[in-house]
Amino acid sequence: MAEPLLQIRNLKKSFGALRATNDVSIDLRPGEVHALIGPNGAGKSTLMHLISGFLKPDAGEILFDGQDITGIDMPGRARLGLGRTFQISSLAPDFSALRNVMLAVQARQGSSFRFIRPVRSDPSLIEPAMAALERTGLGARAQIPAAELSHGERRQLEIAIALALGAKAFLFDEPMAGMGPESSKTLTTFLDRLRREAPVLLIEHDMDAVFALADRISVLVYGSVIATGTVEEIRRNADVRSAYLGDMP
Amino acid sequence: MSSALLVEQILNGLQFGVMLFLMAAGLTLVFGVMGLINLAHGSLYMIGAFACAAVAAATGSFWLGLVASLAAAAAAGTLVEVLVIRRLYGRDHLDQVLATFALILIFSEATRWLFGSVPLYLNAPPILSGSIALPGGGQYPVYRLAIILVGIAVALGLWLLISKTRLGMRIRAGENDREMIGALGIDINRLYTIVFALGAALAGLAGAMIGALQSVRVGMGEPVLILAFVVIVIGGIGSIEGALVGALIVGVVDTLGRILLPQLFGAVLGPAQGALVGGAVAAMLIYVVMALVLAFKPRGLFTGSA
Amino acid sequence: MSRELLLNTVLALLLLALPFGAFALDEPFYIDLATRMVVLGLAATGLNLALGVGGLVSFGHAAFFGVGGYVAGVMATHAFNAEPIFAAPFTLSATDLMPVIWIAAMGLAALVALPIGAISLRTSGVYFIMITLAFAQMVYYFAISWPAYGGEDGLALSVRNALPGFDTADSLTFFLICYAMLMAGLAAFTILRNSRFGTALEAARQNEIRLAAVGVAPFRVRRAAFVLSAALTGLAGALYAELNKFVSPSMLSWHMSGILIVLVILGGVGRLFGPVAGAMLYVFLEFVLGGLTERWQLFLGLILLGVVLFARGGLVGLLAGKPRHG
Repeated sequence: MAEPLLQIRNLKKSFGALRATNDVSIDLRPGEVHALIGPNGAGKSTLMHLISGFLKPDAGEILFDGQDITGIDMPGRARLGLGRTFQISSLAPDFSALRNVMLAVQARQGSSFRFIRPVRSDPSLIEPAMAALERTGLGARAQIPAAELSHGERRQLEIAIALALGAKAFLFDEPMAGMGPESSKTLTTFLDRLRREAPVLLIEHDMDAVFALADRISVLVYGSVIATGTVEEIRRNADVRSAYLGDMP
Repeated sequence: MSSALLVEQILNGLQFGVMLFLMAAGLTLVFGVMGLINLAHGSLYMIGAFACAAVAAATGSFWLGLVASLAAAAAAGTLVEVLVIRRLYGRDHLDQVLATFALILIFSEATRWLFGSVPLYLNAPPILSGSIALPGGGQYPVYRLAIILVGIAVALGLWLLISKTRLGMRIRAGENDREMIGALGIDINRLYTIVFALGAALAGLAGAMIGALQSVRVGMGEPVLILAFVVIVIGGIGSIEGALVGALIVGVVDTLGRILLPQLFGAVLGPAQGALVGGAVAAMLIYVVMALVLAFKPRGLFTGSA
Repeated sequence: MSRELLLNTVLALLLLALPFGAFALDEPFYIDLATRMVVLGLAATGLNLALGVGGLVSFGHAAFFGVGGYVAGVMATHAFNAEPIFAAPFTLSATDLMPVIWIAAMGLAALVALPIGAISLRTSGVYFIMITLAFAQMVYYFAISWPAYGGEDGLALSVRNALPGFDTADSLTFFLICYAMLMAGLAAFTILRNSRFGTALEAARQNEIRLAAVGVAPFRVRRAAFVLSAALTGLAGALYAELNKFVSPSMLSWHMSGILIVLVILGGVGRLFGPVAGAMLYVFLEFVLGGLTERWQLFLGLILLGVVLFARGGLVGLLAGKPRHG
């Protein structure tokens, strides 16, 4: 078995009396899609925030690419190669789709402190950014301000940004939320291929997509991982059925 | 330095701090409950001072002047809240800064129009005009002691108001959750007007009391306003306790710094240079304190609910 | 040509034409009014970089404006008396050469902005406003309590500093020098905004979490912007001192900081010519209203209140519509 790229060990985070993340240990291996599922309020997004560095854990550690990144802030982790999307799209609303991705390209190049050359005519920014937009199917929408994109398109744009970052691991927080069935299907196919570039830690409510994509699934309930395993193992797991899947229509 | 002088300066610092507290309490309440930064708070202080001086001059009674200052500042606060401030609650801070900056211009010029550019003078009431002996020798003006006592009384009163009354409960609810307050069936507009008028009255009270120590002039409010900002940055925005502690720190540190630093530098650099350098450092001292507090607690000593 | 570009061109030409008109009418006072528009426009352009592009509501830019002013004043005084600025630990001699003074003004303003920015940018929102205001007030009180350069009374420049090949004492020549500096400042603003740095700065204003998520620390971007913005405002401060042949703590006052914000907002926040339009309108109002009534600030306050409450977007927004982004 390949060495995990991302390892989360005994991670804990409380908000007052609420234990949002309760001793969570999971990992992400090269080439896999690892899905995180669980009912609303189970702490999935909190976990994503802890991994990306948006929140600081109370205890535990995060290892990425052989390095302890627990003490590194969000920009630092992004530079190391953790590319995330947000559950509620988080974009620069006045920028066009293209410029949102160009921002990621310049960040990847570590060139945000260049003061002279105009970005609008800079092929070293535009070309990689357009390529990322094309890959996510947004090529025709490049010039539209992010604020005017549809909900689903904004999710695609978030993914394009993560692609343009050249992330070594992707953290996707409900990428299919708000998408129509057609777009969801396209995205599922896309993610299926994406895993060959870099593994994906995926939070998703669309169970069809999860079961189609995931190599492994971890089930989060009340901040704790109650089971991790293959799709089949999770389907058969009695705890999961009673805690979670049993509630589903 | 004699201990009597030190005691006197500490009392001066407390008196200054108490006055800053009266200003900062209103600012921090208005920010905590309504999320508004109000630059025109210094104008309400000025209005209090002018009302007190004018009424005292007309009637011969400081006490009537004091009542007038509270009434005038509260009335001006209510008027401004209803006409202007109310439209700013949902706006960003830039709009609030700009609109309340405009209010300063309007209030300052209007006051100059009414009263002219010559400062007014206000005498402390006869009953408070003497001095009392300090333990350890030295005399201290009764009036300044009275200001300290008024400040303590106001701090107590505010604490009682906020922790024990219905109005206080509503204010706390407003600080914690703006939506809840509507759900509780509270008339939010009225609450906001009351809170704003309360803050205005406190500023007016501060202005009136200080009016008897300094001249009453246009523009007297803004230096105090900026110090009150320093106070609430140190104390933590939205926190009344923070405003009290911050105000006392700023008052005492500033007052003692102006006395002690020139002597301290004088011992090293000689009296002339010492007075120069010490004076300059003392003028900047509270801002250095603010920077130090921020370095360790970026949201102030008492992080309020805001 | 977009409407905004057209408007900018008209404003630039109008501003350039003003002093020549005044010259033709033999009204030298009006030339100085035009220079005042130019210099205040440059100061506000500096602020526009932080406020308009970066969304940093600095209420302390008077500090940088005043520092620039004092650099010009102190240099002029020492140069006039042929004394070094200080003799120990090494000798720093003064100069009356404007370009050196400009660089010194920008440098010192940037140097003052560095710690102020580093501390105040750790906070945001209303804290940032209050802290920048407080630090500017600190510089103000320092200038008042330090008697060597006039303290509260300020410092008069006996003669304007020199620019080889130009007669800086001549109002029209001095206007043209300032106008050239304004154009250079606007060019710098444009270049910065269109650069990678400008992209990162705008992203920090629009959504700092997005910027952090792609791996750029918003704090560092903002700090750099704050320092650059201060340098530009400091340059304007030096020119302002030369214009008035006088520098005093009033250049450092909170009122000045407020006016700089007003210029940006009156003209149009974040727009290239917003601060220039704001300065033109402000100086015009000051002149017209000031000629009608001693109480002109009352009416300025009312106008400002009207703009904030009812006419957002400023003059440029009114005339050229919403900004275009890409």
